[in-house]
Amino acid sequence: MRARLLNIVLLIALLLGSWEALHHLVGAIAISSPAETVQRLAAMMATDSFWMHARETMWAFAQALAIALSGGLFIGLVLGGYRPAGTVFEPILVAIYSVPKVTLYPVILLIFGLGISAKVAFGAIHGIVPVAMFTMNAVRSLNQTYLRAARSMRLTPGQTALRILVPATLPEIVTGFRVGFSLTLLGSLIGELFASQRGLGFLIMRAVNVYDVKTIFAVTLLIAVVAIIVNSAMLALDQRLHRRL
Amino acid sequence: MSRYGWMRLGVIVAFFASLEAVVRLGVVKRTTMIPPTEMARALVDILAGGQLNDDIVATLATVLVALVGAVTTGFAMGVLLHAMRPARRLLDPLFASYYAVPHFVFYPVFIVLFGMNRVPLVILGYLFAVVAMIINTLNGLDRIPRVLLKVARTNRMGPLATAWYVVLPSTAPYLFTGIKLAVAYSFIGVIAGEFILSGAGIGHQLAFAYDNFDSRTMYGLLLFILTLVTVVNMSLWSYEQKLLRRRSRG
Repeated sequence: MRARLLNIVLLIALLLGSWEALHHLVGAIAISSPAETVQRLAAMMATDSFWMHARETMWAFAQALAIALSGGLFIGLVLGGYRPAGTVFEPILVAIYSVPKVTLYPVILLIFGLGISAKVAFGAIHGIVPVAMFTMNAVRSLNQTYLRAARSMRLTPGQTALRILVPATLPEIVTGFRVGFSLTLLGSLIGELFASQRGLGFLIMRAVNVYDVKTIFAVTLLIAVVAIIVNSAMLALDQRLHRRL
Repeated sequence: MSRYGWMRLGVIVAFFASLEAVVRLGVVKRTTMIPPTEMARALVDILAGGQLNDDIVATLATVLVALVGAVTTGFAMGVLLHAMRPARRLLDPLFASYYAVPHFVFYPVFIVLFGMNRVPLVILGYLFAVVAMIINTLNGLDRIPRVLLKVARTNRMGPLATAWYVVLPSTAPYLFTGIKLAVAYSFIGVIAGEFILSGAGIGHQLAFAYDNFDSRTMYGLLLFILTLVTVVNMSLWSYEQKLLRRRSRG
């Protein structure tokens, strides 16, 4: 455990070092130094308008995530539980997963109009497919012996679900949630980079238009750090669940 | 085609037929969406007219450069990291959280660094694809059956012969998965970058058509992109399934 912690500290030091080196190499006009970036971020975080944008992004993201997780879970359970449906739809899910979904954004804008609902819808379509695929595979690869054991012990359907289905499929579903989380965040942020009036993505685009390098780096850093922290927490949970099995 | 294949085709046809019906019956306004048959006609017009050929070539060339770069350097880095344990341990957390960071937020930074040209797009596609290739190369090298390496040693095979007859065949399915992901990711990276901010390419033309309320061109291009990417990805996917089946049998 201590070796791993040391490892992570070392990696962060390495990344910060190469960032600082790049800053000196390219110059402050293109890359702001780590210290300047953190200062700018702190200054921005002291203003009300920053939190207005951050709240907008978080609210859109939270709604998108709720839709992606519940929708993906439902689709995955249906397709995993009923094998022919899974066979028919799996390649379709794979195809949807690997298409550049950003090209669908104009369609979403035309349907939902400019505003938060377009961002929510766009985030949700990014996240829903991986959650569905992981859930489907979890249900499919469920060991049939467990179900037979449950039947021979005369477990009620409720008990079967609680004692067998949930513990057996949970690790894979958590993996799906982790991937779904990242992709939903990606989707909501792309939605803000393009045709948006509010949110962190909008802050980046506005900074690009006025060539404010420090702000670009500050907001980008904030998003990256939050994404990495949440992902690491979910990864730890994920690995713990997988080891228990 | 198998029975499920026909059912799948039925699902897809039903989807487009209902889309057609919904638009033709006026449930969805024409300004929002045009019927799929008209999208197809618009696509044919675009390709026959040839006015977007330059953009199509530009996008495909950018994707190709990013892809070739990602696959070759990703493979090389995977092999190197597999040999250097401490470096791999150091970088492991980076790989684990790499795809959690929304890369497109870095795109403006690349534009600042390299200007508004194809270079930031190549970098965006490359960065998106390369780690998938590294991870899958490492995965493949980790999973070479020990016994095969021992057989190679008892037969006194040299490093080159071992690499060719043992390492490559047994890692092939993983390498292929890496290539498949790299293809999908470099397409996503390049087209998304073009769409957000650029001066040429299919993604740029799509955004341009949207900004000018030209829904016919927009949907024609959308159909083109989705068909192109889906055909490429699905052929790779079905070949991969074949590889995996062969491996699980032998």
